Amino acid sequence: MSTVIRVEHVGKRYRLGTINRRMLYEDLQRRWAKLWGKEDPFAEVDARKATRADEHKEIWALKDVNLEIKEGDVVGIIGRNGSGKSTLLKILSRITAPTEGRALIRGRVASLLEVGTGFHAELTGRDNVYMNATILGMTKQEIDRKFDEIVDFSGVEKFIDTPVKRYSSGMMVRLAFAVAAHLEPEILIIDEVLAVGDSAFQQKCLGRMNTVAREGRTILFVSHQAAAVENLCQRGVVLENGTVKFTGTQTDAISYYVASFNKQPGCLRDRSDRRGNGEIKVVAIEYRDLDGRPLSAVHAGQDIDVYLFFENHRPAASRPTLYISIFVKSDLDVPIFTHTNLITGELFPAELPESGAFVCRLLKVPLPESTFRLGYEIGSSTTGGVIIDALDSAVELRLEGGDFFGSGQLPSIHNGVALVAGGWSVQPDIAPEATLPTAAGAVALR
Amino acid sequence: MSSEPIETKEDLSGWTVLAPRGGLLDFRLAELWRYRDLILRFFRRDIVASYTQTVLGPFWFVIPQVFTTIMFTVVFGKIGKIGTDGMPSMLFYMLGITAWNYFASCLSRCATTFSGNSGIFGKVYFPRLVMPCSTILANMMTFAIQFGLFLVFFAFYWWHGAAVHPNWRVVILPILLLQMGALGLGIGCIVSALTTRYRDLALGITFGTQLWMYASCVVYPLSQIPKEWRLLFILNPMVPIIESFRFAFLGGGIVEIWHLAVSAVLSAILLFAGLIMFSRAEKTFMDTV
Repeated sequence: MSTVIRVEHVGKRYRLGTINRRMLYEDLQRRWAKLWGKEDPFAEVDARKATRADEHKEIWALKDVNLEIKEGDVVGIIGRNGSGKSTLLKILSRITAPTEGRALIRGRVASLLEVGTGFHAELTGRDNVYMNATILGMTKQEIDRKFDEIVDFSGVEKFIDTPVKRYSSGMMVRLAFAVAAHLEPEILIIDEVLAVGDSAFQQKCLGRMNTVAREGRTILFVSHQAAAVENLCQRGVVLENGTVKFTGTQTDAISYYVASFNKQPGCLRDRSDRRGNGEIKVVAIEYRDLDGRPLSAVHAGQDIDVYLFFENHRPAASRPTLYISIFVKSDLDVPIFTHTNLITGELFPAELPESGAFVCRLLKVPLPESTFRLGYEIGSSTTGGVIIDALDSAVELRLEGGDFFGSGQLPSIHNGVALVAGGWSVQPDIAPEATLPTAAGAVALR
Repeated sequence: MSSEPIETKEDLSGWTVLAPRGGLLDFRLAELWRYRDLILRFFRRDIVASYTQTVLGPFWFVIPQVFTTIMFTVVFGKIGKIGTDGMPSMLFYMLGITAWNYFASCLSRCATTFSGNSGIFGKVYFPRLVMPCSTILANMMTFAIQFGLFLVFFAFYWWHGAAVHPNWRVVILPILLLQMGALGLGIGCIVSALTTRYRDLALGITFGTQLWMYASCVVYPLSQIPKEWRLLFILNPMVPIIESFRFAFLGGGIVEIWHLAVSAVLSAILLFAGLIMFSRAEKTFMDTV
């Protein structure tokens, strides 16, 4: 197979601060002085140097990235937020140019960074289909040929000549996605736009993408959801801090990615990837049984308390209502459950002590054996939802053994990420009373 | 920043190269041509979107023109008593305004190419020149409508025996129309490229265009300018164009071939400079907006 994308030593530098908001006259004066061999009138004198240096900070979002992608590959690019995957995507879709190095692409590229680019509320559905498809690189003849198919796929035939401002947001997304699904470029670059629409429609889209992939087109799929990459791609690339850390099959790439997650620095207090204004800081997390003994691993079905030890630096004046939530995700980043004090209806007193712990009780933990991740978010709900402290993936939650069903046996994580209490029985002589809607047909993904 | 590797022997035909910067004169006009469908789409969208759901609908194409003409006729003609070289003052102002409006809206809409479209530019690639080109098409249509209205007024005056002298020189007007578009595109590109770095220019453009109008013989004929200052006015590329429009329809004004030549050369230089600056800015402007 021949190479269709070659990325050679690509780097991308962003400048932080105010550098791009200079005044024109300042620049002209500077040029003028230079022309006449005078000193730069805006040269930094020592006193200003410190602040200036701050403004001129640079970051390399990508550094020395090399990649080669062959025709027909379906490649998943995974990385955490800030790993540079969106920047790489932007460079390959020609939205911005690299600062150094270069990328070579052979063939027609369509990039889907959002659905419905160019949609205009006053135009009819028909006009918008043409508009959007043309922006994405289709010619008029191609659109003419596919128009019926697109409308059919979207399911909004009846309203195709109505301005889209009369559409529900769901209809709009369907129409936009229908266009995207019928692109036939040689190379398709997709951001995590799959996360739209209801699940039946998502299935339809995944199925469609799968067909496209089987037709031998090259697909680049960028995501931080390992699960989506695992379903869709054959090969995986892991980005970390702007460099390529791993290339290989998608399974290997995902295990690398997951392992890198678990290699988080040991001490929660020193984690630098937290979000929020820091007025309250969670410095340690512990699981304890109901007798208060710390646990290193939790049994399926066990009752536990999750302790979030905090330090409170809030100024006395600002004591808004707090919300706190913990959430548990699988190792592939699939959200499983969350607990929020506002939803359970337990409010904290406005005056928090300077240090202490938030305790969340979990009864009969409904998780199979595996290693999960626990994150938390603390914020104030009164002042427009300001985040105070949050970590998406704070600590591991390791599940080992346990007797959830009272039988001593547990299903594997591959059969489902959660357990539900209950059991089986047989009832004789009984007839159905209500018919459930049939589920949308499953799509074979691999 | 490392320098671009110099690789001349490598065969890159069939490859799209995404590099820090392309050649100085690489405007990728062939690519622009491939996207002509898109130019027409944006053109259509502009037209449909701007006048649906307004009370007066398509009348908005001519309302500003008609009222400005009346205003100018009253203020500059009747109150200010500025001469019009014997041309009927209503037609004199209307023609100047029609031509100027076309140019000014080409200029101001091209100048906001980057700032006004950052949403769409941030999501999908197409040659960025598509936007100013479709804008100019839309403006040409507006011009056609306004010009049509002018012709109605013109025919009315002619019918009533006013001193108008249309002549064969109208044949160069389509060329002048293109030239105004090119000039608006050129200066618009320069401004839009600069506004990606200097925000303050965006504020100046509306005001600057207005000042420029008063320097462009829209409200007075060139003959009103003392001889020794005329050369300065000829260096304004819009002056010979507007004077030519009047000369062709109304038979008055001062136009010499070399005036038009100077104007054409200046327009070409500005267009060229604009394209160079635009194609440099388009590669990385997304990082700064």
